[in-house]
Amino acid sequence: MSKYHVSTTINGDPVEYLCEPEQTLLDVLRDELYLTGSKEGCASGDCGACSVLVDDRLVCACLALGAEMGGKKIETIEGMADGDELHPLQQKFLEHAALQCGICTPGFLVAAKSLLDRNPDPTEEETRYWLAGNLCRCTGYDKIIRAVLDTAAEMRSGK
Amino acid sequence: MAHIVLMGNLRQYTGGESEFDLDARTVRQLFTMLSDRHPTLKPHLEEGLAVAIDGQIYQDAWLEAIEPDSEVHLLPQIAGG
Amino acid sequence: MSQALKLDDDEQDLKYVGTRPVRPDGVDKVTGRAKFGADLHLPGMLTGQVLRSPHPHARIVSIDTSKAEALAGVKAVITRDDFQDMESEFVPAGEMMVNYRDVVRNVMAREKVLYEGHAVAAVAATSNSIARKALRLIDVEYEVLPHVIDAVAAMAPDAPLLHDDMMTEGVDPKPDTPSNVSKRVEFALGDVEKGFAEADVIVEREFNTKPVHQGYIEPHACVASMSEDGQADLWCSTQGHYVVRTHCARLLNLDVSKIRVTASEIGGGFGGKTVVYLEPLALALSQKTGHPVKMVMSRDDVFRATGPTSGANVWVKMGATKDGRITAAEAVLKYQAGAFQGSPVQPGCMCAFAPYDLENVKTVGYDVVTNRPKVAAYRAPGGPISEYATESVVDELAKMLGIDPVDFRLRNAAREGTHAAYGPKFGPIGLVETLEQAKAHEHYNTPLKPGQGRGIASGFWFNIGGETCVTLNINEDGSATLMAGTPDIGGSRASLALMTAERLGIEPEKVRPLIADTSSLGYNFLTGGSRATFSSGMAAVEAADEAIKEMCARAAKIWEIPEDAVVWEDGHAKPAGDNAGKFDPLSLADIADMAGKTGGPIGGAARINAKGAAPSFGTHMVDLEVDEETGRVTILRYTVLQDAGRAVHPSYVEGQYQGGAVQGIGWALNEEYIYGEDGRMQNPGFLDYRIPVASDVPMIDTVIVEVPNPRHPYGVRGVGETPIVPPMAAIANAMENATGIRFTELPMSPPKVLKAIEDRDGG
Repeated sequence: MSKYHVSTTINGDPVEYLCEPEQTLLDVLRDELYLTGSKEGCASGDCGACSVLVDDRLVCACLALGAEMGGKKIETIEGMADGDELHPLQQKFLEHAALQCGICTPGFLVAAKSLLDRNPDPTEEETRYWLAGNLCRCTGYDKIIRAVLDTAAEMRSGK
Repeated sequence: MAHIVLMGNLRQYTGGESEFDLDARTVRQLFTMLSDRHPTLKPHLEEGLAVAIDGQIYQDAWLEAIEPDSEVHLLPQIAGG
Repeated sequence: MSQALKLDDDEQDLKYVGTRPVRPDGVDKVTGRAKFGADLHLPGMLTGQVLRSPHPHARIVSIDTSKAEALAGVKAVITRDDFQDMESEFVPAGEMMVNYRDVVRNVMAREKVLYEGHAVAAVAATSNSIARKALRLIDVEYEVLPHVIDAVAAMAPDAPLLHDDMMTEGVDPKPDTPSNVSKRVEFALGDVEKGFAEADVIVEREFNTKPVHQGYIEPHACVASMSEDGQADLWCSTQGHYVVRTHCARLLNLDVSKIRVTASEIGGGFGGKTVVYLEPLALALSQKTGHPVKMVMSRDDVFRATGPTSGANVWVKMGATKDGRITAAEAVLKYQAGAFQGSPVQPGCMCAFAPYDLENVKTVGYDVVTNRPKVAAYRAPGGPISEYATESVVDELAKMLGIDPVDFRLRNAAREGTHAAYGPKFGPIGLVETLEQAKAHEHYNTPLKPGQGRGIASGFWFNIGGETCVTLNINEDGSATLMAGTPDIGGSRASLALMTAERLGIEPEKVRPLIADTSSLGYNFLTGGSRATFSSGMAAVEAADEAIKEMCARAAKIWEIPEDAVVWEDGHAKPAGDNAGKFDPLSLADIADMAGKTGGPIGGAARINAKGAAPSFGTHMVDLEVDEETGRVTILRYTVLQDAGRAVHPSYVEGQYQGGAVQGIGWALNEEYIYGEDGRMQNPGFLDYRIPVASDVPMIDTVIVEVPNPRHPYGVRGVGETPIVPPMAAIANAMENATGIRFTELPMSPPKVLKAIEDRDGG
């Protein structure tokens, strides 16, 4: 089976890879590029653990094909911190104890960043509905929602 | 003598007897005494039991001391999620 | 001995225990750096996949793997022939009694497949696509047999039999014909008939619950690598890597010392990751191929082939006097075990009436096999099912008597000295405190709007200790490394660092807690039963005390005074008093710096069977409203009150309360295994097996009650299990208050709620 050659941008860096036609973007990230921060919880777009941004759009990487990513801009959890400086959402997740096992955390962070990029002042309800595609089985969501709302408030205040 | 109470199915192996007063000083001694008294009970004593001494539950603790006035319950072992 | 450790002398003076620092593994988890089960890649690694049965019950006539083996890129195929059979006997496996005849059959079907999804063969290949193709080339000839899915149906005399040799245990005389009931258990105190005769009111109800899955977001995953001499490394997502080692050594006939298991970060377990599925297969495939083999379950595999908890049928009868004293309580529990015996019906019986001080109580339980995946532990295994039923009946009794449901519970509540319904006397417990604080809580005193309902329920779990080892190294710069052996699922490394820091008198950031592999520490029982913070914390304190003793001895040598003239205070060795001599205190870092010159490296270790575990009680309160047009239930407000003993890191204690409550909301309102007539699961994915999402639930308020456990150095009880016990009854009780309907079946999903409302209104 011949493989596709794909040139793309991941977390700001030019990246080339070969992939089989059936490999998803998530397979490529995890198995070909060893970017294992995006997690596979369901492979059917139900859990959001593989959330990434493709051309600024929130996408489940398990539902996109690796072969379709030519020329796109892909952002994953691995690119969220700026060098050794955590993104405010990452910092707030730590301060609020918004994670227990941590498997869903990368997906929540990417999805929450996408929310705040669009809406710097979301209500609790808007936040809950935006994140309804990300499953967490440990926290009951309380501390995650608080962390996102607190991040939004802090980012608005320009700190 | 310590007061021993069998809970759950254990009393089926003692002909219905479920409470004893025995002069056992450790859990292991207790198991030996019960086995001698009711040989049919022996395999079940070796099969995942918990022992509550004066309310405190012990698992796999053969050497735990039993006081002369202790109340001892034999229970099924407890695990958890 | 650790067992004799007392509460820290000055309870008010705790410096770090009870604070909320950032967890030590936090940054790795918010950056994607943390390595979970499926995140390890090794050079030359193959991928392993499992062929699973499409039938719920069938005899395996033949398995032909020749075509699959001939496919280019396929390195090995394994079947039942690759595992030796095991005797049917319960043998100790670590701290558990395990029947390896069942375990070997569950990891790979032998004579029969017993549920849809049962493993039949596994392949190792050079890519996922080749492995998938190979599975399609394996020919399995089945003789399909009649199946049975429901526990009550499986108890019928003419039900299809799963195991021809299963004779019900616990029945006298022992039956001589096989059945699907593996065991009958009974617990009794007093005389229930006498108790019911004394009652002014009696409530009798039958309840049904469906199996629900733990729903961890990370599917089971492992990487195995075995060398030609039988030495093996296994990386896997598990709650107990020592238990995995024990099972794999047995199943593959290897010395325990040959297998080194490293616990990856674990993406949720809730009890479901306490057993082996893929690990023995990956080891066998690695043994056969000489390559590392990685195996990862799909979500579909997780649902069809790994343990949910039991569905059950529960009958409850309780009686009380007019003044609100419960005079008798009786229950019969029928729990599905899945394909092999071993449902949590015994703890279900023991928990059923545990919150109450009862003179006359009897519970009877049946463990029933059915053509479903073998159940695995799920948070307080057995308790949520029986306590859902009993707490519903308790509420109904209170209502019949016109007594406030909190007052009714308080009148009957178990306290220190109460004989638990399962026998022994309780030590200090916090049930009454949770109820009193519930009653005084603003939530309980806020009026409801029309159409809304409020419910409360209490819950209990035992908590356990068990075998535990840690080592603590005092490093040359005055920092410390703690190696523990209980996989950290919910933040236990943070609590262990806090307790160690508290004892040593150094900042928590100076303590780095890690989870050691199985070859680096002695045996540790798994993380479960709410034991990790309790047991590893106790061991960490004992190890710290050993290090402190040594540090005091070093100071004594330097000062040339007796060892017992040195005390440890606030991270420093100090002369015990003026008589000991005048010396400047030596800090931990000072002593660590001199360690090489004063006798060598300093550290401590503990190898204990942690005793003194103490139960945790909780009370939950919920407000909800029901959309009578659609049957949809909206949770408006939720408060958890639970006795933690002491909250070492309160944020993660709250997290356990909140997470358990929301899992319980899912159990109560949505989650269930749905089977077709064909015995196949119809909803094996998160779209159709719907766990709560963020928009389904409100904030979950918490109250941490602290009635310290006198047997733990910091008063810890363990908090993870109890929070899933009360929600189902609390919600059912609120539903009754909102709709006037007593729901006796879980889940209370919209179709069932709508039907009940129509029945109510239609007469």
